[in-house]
Amino acid sequence: MAALDASEIGGVAEAPSRRRGMGPVFWLAVGWIAFIILIAILANLLPLADPSKMTLLARRAGPSAAHLLGTDSLGRDVLSRLVFGARSSLAVGLLAPLLGTLAGGALGLLAGYFGGRIELIIIGLTDVLLAFPPLVLALAVVAYLGPSIVNLILVLGILTVPAVTRVARAATLAVRERDFVTAARALGASHRRILLREILPIVMLPLSAFFLVLVAVIIVAEGILSFLGLGVPPPAPTWGSMIAEGRDNLDVAPHIAFFPSIAMFLTVLAFNLVGDTLRAVTDPKRGTS
Amino acid sequence: MAGSGRAPLRQDPMLLSVENLVVEYGSGPYRVHAVSDVSFDVRRGETLGLVGESGCGKSTLGRAILQLYRPTAGRVLFEGADLTQESGEALRRIRRRVQLIFQDPIASLNPLRRVGEIVAEPLAIAGIGDGAERERRVRAVLNAVGLDADMVMRRRPHEFSGGQCQRISIARALVLEPDLIICDEPVSALDVSIRAQILNLLEEMKTRYGLTLIFIAHDLAVVKAVSDRVAVMYLGKLCEIGPAEQVFERPTHPYTSVLLAAIPLPDPDAPVPEALAFGEPPSPIAPPSGCRFRTRCPKAEARCAAEEPVMREIRPGQFVACHFATANGETA
Amino acid sequence: MSGAALLEVEDLTVELPTERGPLRAVAGVSLSLAAGRTLGIVGESGSGKTMLSRAVLRLLPHAARVTGRVRFEGRDLYAISREALRRLRGRELAVVFQDPMTSLNPVLTIGSQIAEALREHLGLAQAAAFARAVELLAEVGIPEPERRARQFPHQMSGGMRQRVAIAIALSCEPKLLIADEPTTALDVTVQAQILDLLAREQSKRHMALILITHDLGVVAGRTDEVAVMYAGGIVERAPTRALFKSMRCPYTQALMAAIPKLHAPPHTPLAAIGGSPPDPTRPPSGCPFNPRCRYAQERCRCEPAALTPPDASGHQYACWFPVGDPAAAEG
Repeated sequence: MAALDASEIGGVAEAPSRRRGMGPVFWLAVGWIAFIILIAILANLLPLADPSKMTLLARRAGPSAAHLLGTDSLGRDVLSRLVFGARSSLAVGLLAPLLGTLAGGALGLLAGYFGGRIELIIIGLTDVLLAFPPLVLALAVVAYLGPSIVNLILVLGILTVPAVTRVARAATLAVRERDFVTAARALGASHRRILLREILPIVMLPLSAFFLVLVAVIIVAEGILSFLGLGVPPPAPTWGSMIAEGRDNLDVAPHIAFFPSIAMFLTVLAFNLVGDTLRAVTDPKRGTS
Repeated sequence: MAGSGRAPLRQDPMLLSVENLVVEYGSGPYRVHAVSDVSFDVRRGETLGLVGESGCGKSTLGRAILQLYRPTAGRVLFEGADLTQESGEALRRIRRRVQLIFQDPIASLNPLRRVGEIVAEPLAIAGIGDGAERERRVRAVLNAVGLDADMVMRRRPHEFSGGQCQRISIARALVLEPDLIICDEPVSALDVSIRAQILNLLEEMKTRYGLTLIFIAHDLAVVKAVSDRVAVMYLGKLCEIGPAEQVFERPTHPYTSVLLAAIPLPDPDAPVPEALAFGEPPSPIAPPSGCRFRTRCPKAEARCAAEEPVMREIRPGQFVACHFATANGETA
Repeated sequence: MSGAALLEVEDLTVELPTERGPLRAVAGVSLSLAAGRTLGIVGESGSGKTMLSRAVLRLLPHAARVTGRVRFEGRDLYAISREALRRLRGRELAVVFQDPMTSLNPVLTIGSQIAEALREHLGLAQAAAFARAVELLAEVGIPEPERRARQFPHQMSGGMRQRVAIAIALSCEPKLLIADEPTTALDVTVQAQILDLLAREQSKRHMALILITHDLGVVAGRTDEVAVMYAGGIVERAPTRALFKSMRCPYTQALMAAIPKLHAPPHTPLAAIGGSPPDPTRPPSGCPFNPRCRYAQERCRCEPAALTPPDASGHQYACWFPVGDPAAAEG
């Protein structure tokens, strides 16, 4: 086995704490994420009320046997709207960062690997994008193209590209100078081969961790846009629009805003925890071992 | 400024011939003169040792030969073909015949890939053989470097020690059966007791595969153990080049003597190493005029600042760049 | 031999918890050092030499478990209070590490780093401390010391940074200096200068010096006594000349044989030691060197040998069949 040197000895005492990072709280977060995704996918199969069905006689009702989480201001079942709302929130929350990671990841890889003019152009473009206040840009696009879930995913996805590009570029720069990449060059490997086979697998680790953190951010962003009325159009439920509706009823029926807020809070927290833990575990320092 | 000259280039057809090589990078006042007009050659089957302290440019020179850094000027002739003029597919084809071994054995292997894939990579890049043929060759070369192919192929680099990783690295360099291998400090990062194993392995592989080696290191004893000829570099310039025994036992350049005198010998009765050179090596950004070693040389005179010494043959096959060198050699 | 020992280490053992089980970094090491003497500790990576130096200074990671005793001027370093230890460190016990770039603070000037030690331990005022720092830089051979004192570590070369580290270590006139691979990262010409500097300062101050290295050449000319470590323990100890004249422990002998000799002709085959150093979490049974030892016999695989008591020339070794012993035969 590898002979130890002083730096490894230093790492010895850290090993237990790194495992602590993946302790019970981490797995609870993973469990919650799995649960939410599952019920969002299976929403149609679950014994839920129709989320659009309005029971005008039971408006703003608190939790009861018939409506486990109560009803909202139009008499719609909150639980069922919560579950179906998860679909929208997660669809946007997962697909927009995915788009951003694929595009930004590719750009960052190319910028970091080739440097020179290519890097200048890519970083220049992303800087321009960063200069726009994100919410204003989202508002403008949605106002122009019309609110729909696809437009939302596109806009939010594009807004994440600069951040992802930077992460990918930094990771690529760190890997580019390592000996095994030089070895591949010395063997006559083409740029494509080096990027795909040597650099990408290593850059994927911090990128995936960042992706999860982005999910959390986008869920909140979607929530804000829906809250402002610019998200997924009604009557499709989303957590953000539910919170907006609940805002007017806080004194009478706080549960209308409360439950979607809790759901969003837990989901965002879970993604943050998992993303942070994975980021710590895939730290570049460890990658040299 | 006059260059160092091409005197060390020999007549017969050589495997590798480096002519007036210059490697510089950076711009303006920060231009680094890493390699400045170096000429030497390597005969097929020879081992050339390249020694010098940090900043002398030996690693840069090794990589410039492979065109990993593009030289600023000069030629690198590999079997007559000038590598500095090649690119793309032609360069890639030549690269298969010249391989590189690195200083840090673990860092030179991709930590996410399995050893079998890593050693097969050169074959894959060159498009040689199919899956079965590649596996056969990988196994053969792993066994040749003293590793049990079955035990090693499915594992990842971090499961192995430094010495074992260096063996894997050597296997990767050998799988294409190259003509020339450039070894860049291959044992510096290894434990003393493992160094001997790897040095012996390199000698054995050289015989078995008919290799030519360029061995770059800062440890003179290690270089002497494996080299036929030795070149001494200082701050981008070649000071002395010749048969290993001669350069080490009867050096003609003051820097070589200074280096030799500074080495602590494992013998309590040997004189304690003398620090004959003054101060520290200057930076390659603003190297001294004339002879670059003059700021630290115990023999420096006014002439050394004004006139750069040119390489000349001081004894048959031994060349030196110093105004005061004589065939009787330096007193070490 | 000089008088009472300045440093006494008795049966020191250091264990570290790891994922694969407890790691015995230092195994039952005993040594002593008198003032003005130089002890060389030779070992490869994993031999425990760095852990030993950290243990002597009580600089181990929190999770480490230490048994045995370290006595400095009669005081048990593991029994005194943290405050008392802090006063000792830097003042009477100093250390120089291998990589001066990481042991110097990159955001403080050189002068302020030296002055910090002086103000802390000797209570000098700011101006006086800085002036003394400049003097110290001159003493360690740094040209233009006033200018250099205002520079940062990254503006200096490796050799100069190491001189600065030595200046800091010497600033409070320590009685014991531990130099852990002080020249490994430096060029050989600079190494000679730094080792000269250490030797000069040592004799000037009548300081005890522990020189830790993997290079037998470094200890040959500059130490009074050498201890060779392997797998956490001392396997041979002797006055320097006696050690090189006759190496009794097969590991020491093998190590010496494996080093390329500068005056041997090129292509002299090297006597390599097979195998690799043992995994400290899974040491072999018996003598830790036995799987790689030419002379290993049955007894070596069952029982580790203890260090023999010093013979007439002060030579000790841990081997059942030491080199030169008639009972030893190639196994």
